[in-house]
Amino acid sequence: MPSDTLALGAGIPAPTTEAPWARRALMLAAFGFLALFLALPLASVFTEAFRQGPAAWLAALTEPDALAAMRLTLTVTAIAVPANVVFGVAAAWAIAKFEFRGKALLISLIDLPFSVSPVISGLVYVLLFGSGSLIGPWLAHHGVEILFAVPGIVLATIFVTFPFVARELIPLMQDQGTTEEEAALSLGASGWQTFRRVTLPNIRWGLLYGVLLCTARAMGEFGAVSVVSGHIRGETNTMPLHVEILYNEYNFVAAFAVASLLACLALVTLTVKTLLEIRYGAALAATRKH
Amino acid sequence: MGTPAPAVRAPVWRFRKPGIIPGFRLAMTVTLVWLVVMILVPLSGIFFQSASLGWEKFAALAMDRRTLAALGISFSSAFIAALVNLVFGTLVAWVLVRYRFPGRRVVDALVDLPFALPTAVAGIALTALYAPNGWVGGLLEPLGIRISYTQAGIVLALIFVGLPFVVRTVQPVMEEIDKEVEEASATLGAGRFQTVARVLLPSLTPALLTGFALALARGVGEYGSVIFIAGNIPYASEIAPLLIVIRLEEFNYPAATAIAAMMLAISFSMLLLINWVQARSRKRYGHAV
Amino acid sequence: MDVTLRKIAKEFGSTAALHELSLDIRSGELIALLGPSGSGKTTLLRLIAGLETPSAGTVMFGEEDAARRPVQDRRVGFVFQHYALFRHMTVLENVSFGLSVRPRASRPTASETRRRALELLDFVQLPGLGGRYPAQLSGGQRQRVALARALAIEPRVLLLDEPFGALDAQVRRDLRRWLREVHDRTGHTTIFVTHDQEEAMELADRVVVMSQGRIEQVGTPDEIHDAPASAFVHGFIGESVKLPVEIGQGIIRHAGRPLGLRAHGRGASTLYFRPHEISRIVSPGEGLSGTVVSYRRVGGLRRVELALGPDDGERVEIDIPAGEQVSTGDTITFRPTNWRLYPEPAADEGHRPLEVKYA
Repeated sequence: MPSDTLALGAGIPAPTTEAPWARRALMLAAFGFLALFLALPLASVFTEAFRQGPAAWLAALTEPDALAAMRLTLTVTAIAVPANVVFGVAAAWAIAKFEFRGKALLISLIDLPFSVSPVISGLVYVLLFGSGSLIGPWLAHHGVEILFAVPGIVLATIFVTFPFVARELIPLMQDQGTTEEEAALSLGASGWQTFRRVTLPNIRWGLLYGVLLCTARAMGEFGAVSVVSGHIRGETNTMPLHVEILYNEYNFVAAFAVASLLACLALVTLTVKTLLEIRYGAALAATRKH
Repeated sequence: MGTPAPAVRAPVWRFRKPGIIPGFRLAMTVTLVWLVVMILVPLSGIFFQSASLGWEKFAALAMDRRTLAALGISFSSAFIAALVNLVFGTLVAWVLVRYRFPGRRVVDALVDLPFALPTAVAGIALTALYAPNGWVGGLLEPLGIRISYTQAGIVLALIFVGLPFVVRTVQPVMEEIDKEVEEASATLGAGRFQTVARVLLPSLTPALLTGFALALARGVGEYGSVIFIAGNIPYASEIAPLLIVIRLEEFNYPAATAIAAMMLAISFSMLLLINWVQARSRKRYGHAV
Repeated sequence: MDVTLRKIAKEFGSTAALHELSLDIRSGELIALLGPSGSGKTTLLRLIAGLETPSAGTVMFGEEDAARRPVQDRRVGFVFQHYALFRHMTVLENVSFGLSVRPRASRPTASETRRRALELLDFVQLPGLGGRYPAQLSGGQRQRVALARALAIEPRVLLLDEPFGALDAQVRRDLRRWLREVHDRTGHTTIFVTHDQEEAMELADRVVVMSQGRIEQVGTPDEIHDAPASAFVHGFIGESVKLPVEIGQGIIRHAGRPLGLRAHGRGASTLYFRPHEISRIVSPGEGLSGTVVSYRRVGGLRRVELALGPDDGERVEIDIPAGEQVSTGDTITFRPTNWRLYPEPAADEGHRPLEVKYA
């Protein structure tokens, strides 16, 4: 029998891991990649934002157009997220708790906005409500503004954030099955009581998780909103659009100042998400698996 | 008592299997109305608009040189970026799943940054970083490497947005690899490299393919993070979504629609492909991705 | 291939999974490692395979110290509890795997590999299933594939971890008999881990009974059953009755009453016997006497539960012929015909019986 394995030295490598040098090399490559593509860009947002000191940063954020952009972003989010929560819970209830024909198709349709370019998500509303469409002239005649106004921005935002809540809840509720609901019903609870006192507590962390991702996307959406907004300063500019305008005007410090606020939002999202995963990892396991 | 036993009936076609849980009609109505009003009706506009153009006009618009160039740039950049993510995303997932090191949670959370960071922010940050006067771009400039305002810049931005798709698809599957399988491979005489290459990675193939396809689909449609760094030079670094925006600004709705229709057709084909891969792997290996 | 373990110990962190133990396994033997969960039997198996490294001691394969060899070079055929088949490979690819990862110099040609894999599939009675994927097989079939895969590398030792643990009762019995046949035909030194005493006793040439990281006894099934070396083995294998007794002046008493059994020494001890190894014929004033509390039919015998004292006395179960009728409240007097004494658990140091006596 060959005895070349004697040359392995003191330790025999454990059968299910790599040699220490390989491990170090792999980690180094992974960290290098993440630093170059994720950490450095994030860091650069903040350095650029504070390039001219905190005063300039604050000035850029408190300027009226910036404040208007923040207000609009919050308004849009406040409408789009609850709308998609209602939809998401209803869709998850129907899909997870019942067996019916065409379920797979329904799930695919809900996922549809994920595979549509944000620009196309905006375009569909331009085609629907624009001057060339069937209802466009009618709307214009009655003075209803949808395109290049707040309603259009809300619609486009709902479109792109459409699947987020449902996507988190469906696997979670499918995993939980229907036995607890059946037990509650057999104990005399009404349908609504069953939902509120049995289902909702079981899915609350998944729901929160979905709301979180939905909110982050709603506040940060750029492409779709850009197409339908019309870019009217102080009126139809959301924060990401405001960043673009400032940047294109070569007002980099102001652009990055607003961007830094959005980046903070992203960091908060990631932190809450991570905390949720640490605390309620087991309850979210099904969600993480999809 | 007196009622005769019901005769065995032929199976009835039912939309849903009967059960005692209430609320199906309400939930289903909300779901379908919302889906139709918010998604299907608007999306069908693309289809109707394209159809109303007539085949010849549509073909002329879709086969326009600049359109084809933009589609080519979008797909080739997304493909390259997805390939890079396939390699490095798998590597990152491996390091996160297999190794324990301080700050692992932070690194794990950071992977989701592209999901959480608005694309416009990512776009200007990457531009600042990789422009000739940026931190990284400044280092590359003397070497004669230009990233911003070239296709390389597009690829870079798409690597950024696509990374979490690969990591988050592969990671859970990697976590569920049974340790016994690796031990089995080792007892059969396979070295570590052979175990990784012949046992572990192949068992991840369906997940890798799905992650790749998701990153690719996202990259093809991506707009916000790309337009700042790309330079947007027609035929060189102009992506298809941007061309849609340009056509819209020219009020050339038919051209915008034609480009959108092409992109949707290609994206949906990819979606079907993913579903097919998943269905096949579920049937064969007895597990989903 | 002989396998010799010398003073093997294994610690996981600060907890000892195995206390210094030694074991000789002879070439061609079929050995069972039997014990409750947490007894260290699987750890011992994994140490032999090289999947774990011992904290102390040596594992010898024949004359060779196996510690120098990583698991890849040990040539042990290991059958995992959940089979660990490669699910992205067909059955044939699974079985061929071990041959195809050999270094180029010793690797058989592709056609030779295929021929041997097919041969093994015939051997494990799965001809024609080479193109299937593991997910398309039943549990028993997967078990056979796992065995074929392990045999393909021409192992020096065959190791099986709870080989029948995940199977239905009927499949278990069939596979058990079949594994014995495979062993007899191939002649491999085979070690398997089980917590099922019936499995160990039926299948193995010798049984290693383990508890809490120690070997309690090594012996043939007969030895283990008829001459348990410790209170643990007596209690773990087969049915047993245990009774606290005192010894004095050469007589064993329970609650002051002489049992008609003799032993040396003095002090408290515990008497072990099997429910069916009793005799109803006793001298007057001697033996264990109790009233029938309940009875039930167990196979060809009738199992009777007796209360030995007036109220809260000890309860024991004995077997009497099924033809014999009893009713609750009857008094039965008996004494064990085959019994053992072990020190009281508190004084349980050496696990050795004080005295063994056959009446």
